[in-house]
Amino acid sequence: MTQLILFNLFNGLIVGAFYALMALGLSLILNLSGVINFAHGGFLALGAYLAYSLIPTIGFWGALIVAPLLTAAVGLVVERVLIRPLYGGDPLYSLLLTFGLAYIFEDMTRFVWGAQALPFQVPGWLTTPLSPRFFFLTGYRLFMVVLVAVAVGALFAILNHTRLGIRIRAGTRDLETVGTLGVNTRWLRSLNFGLGIYIAGLAGVLAAGLLGLSPTIGASLIMPSFVAIIVGGLGSLLGTLLGGLLIGVASGLTAVFLPSASEAVIYVMMGLVLLVRPRGLLGEEGRLH
Amino acid sequence: MNARAPRALDLAVVAALLTAPFWMAAIGGYTELASRIVVMGLAAMALNFLLGFTGVLSFGHAAYFGLGAYGVAMAIKYLGLGTLPAMALGIVGATIAAALIGALIVRRRGVYFAMVTIAFGQVFYFVAFRWNSVTGGDDGLTGWHRVPIPLAATTLDIFGDDKAFYYFALAVFGICVALMALLLNSPFGRTLIAIRENERRARFLGVPIEFHIWLSFVVSCLFVSVAGALYALLNNFTDPRALRFDLSGNLVIMAVLGGMRSFWGPLIGAAIFVALQDYVSSHTENWMSVIGVMFVLVVRFFPRGILGLTRRGASA
Repeated sequence: MTQLILFNLFNGLIVGAFYALMALGLSLILNLSGVINFAHGGFLALGAYLAYSLIPTIGFWGALIVAPLLTAAVGLVVERVLIRPLYGGDPLYSLLLTFGLAYIFEDMTRFVWGAQALPFQVPGWLTTPLSPRFFFLTGYRLFMVVLVAVAVGALFAILNHTRLGIRIRAGTRDLETVGTLGVNTRWLRSLNFGLGIYIAGLAGVLAAGLLGLSPTIGASLIMPSFVAIIVGGLGSLLGTLLGGLLIGVASGLTAVFLPSASEAVIYVMMGLVLLVRPRGLLGEEGRLH
Repeated sequence: MNARAPRALDLAVVAALLTAPFWMAAIGGYTELASRIVVMGLAAMALNFLLGFTGVLSFGHAAYFGLGAYGVAMAIKYLGLGTLPAMALGIVGATIAAALIGALIVRRRGVYFAMVTIAFGQVFYFVAFRWNSVTGGDDGLTGWHRVPIPLAATTLDIFGDDKAFYYFALAVFGICVALMALLLNSPFGRTLIAIRENERRARFLGVPIEFHIWLSFVVSCLFVSVAGALYALLNNFTDPRALRFDLSGNLVIMAVLGGMRSFWGPLIGAAIFVALQDYVSSHTENWMSVIGVMFVLVVRFFPRGILGLTRRGASA
């Protein structure tokens, strides 16, 4: 029983790490630009499939570096051509546009790579269990946890200690003032969007190694990411991170006792949070509502 | 929507709907397609009660559509009810769910409201998806069908006769649409429009904003669940896709495509969307991309919708 609980706890933590990565990217874009990027899951899938196609030529490690960058490049083009004209308008339209993009991404992934699930090769030495008793502790899973931690750490370092990051955080408060102070806010929004999409692409490569590849891989991760943002508190990236891990673990633990409720439980949590603490765990009062 | 004489558009819509089964075949359609248009049109108009006339963006209406669908299906399958009582049960169930969830989210606004509705929409999807023994899980709820309705001396055979079902659906549509028009013309409806135009001003005038938005949400979900119930009856079947977020997005695009500031706009948007989806999905496997491109084009080039092109700020 202990083993089962530990197994699901660990699983939940890993899934939660994915939710958190997705949700952090979504949050970045939402906070600065007021856009709910429904196509975020599509970008995640794109990162995963690009890595799949790159692995035969440049290997897993090369793909891990290149695929998220390519995904971010696609994201920059999409932002420039389609999303930029909608900034400052009714959020209805950016939501509808990215919703349509999500359809296109899913369909095109299916068109290019096929509808069937594909195997995703990670280096062999990463897939062997580290201990026979805790069979679920493969090197790949530990590696993933470490990499997610590094990525999140790097993101927070960028936001807190680089000029770009400080401008992004300032823009989240008051973009107009930031613009008046001489910052090119178009570039700021573009780079911020690219950063969010890069994280999605990275999450895609990592998720593919764990869950395998299917065209719906992004769609299955995006809903919990919304929940993570709401539970953690809108406007707080730390809250988003916490929310993602929390719902992952909650869903993992529920799987031990009542497997069929493992998805629904995160929505129950969201309901409770909205009831008891409407702004979310770390959300600031009066932001974005 | 001033109290006014019926306009040409009203008459045209009514005439087209009343005669649809007789000319659908001539333009390559079929009666069931006409029924689907009426049902989706009702859903989009119901959503628009909240979206277009209260100015609140819900991206999770599929949940209540699906609750209506599952409600009617389960009432017929497990309780052996007739069509009308089963519908009533489904609608009541969905409306109660909307009232409870609405109370949780009504203080959120704008993007945040949209996001919370999206997220809450999914909970029923997972329940339907996972609760195999009751909902049939991913395969959907089969093994039931709509029941002919006894009418005074005779019986309305909505099961065996496609046209009979079309006119049944149309009658329900008519009742719902008339009720929505009445509500929009009432002081309640005018207040909703005042909130849409300037929430702060309405608040200063002493309007209880949260209560009005909550009520508008519940009314909107009620009529969406009627559409959902009709949809299940139309197909003699329902599955978790009736609850999934894609449907929510599709309903929003129908409203926007037709023109969300006009009363009939969403119906026209639904007709175009349903016909397009029907046509494209029988001609190419990549129909999702076509629908996706349509979303992008509507947002970039038709943000005010088809009826928004012809009349500026009409009927608000």
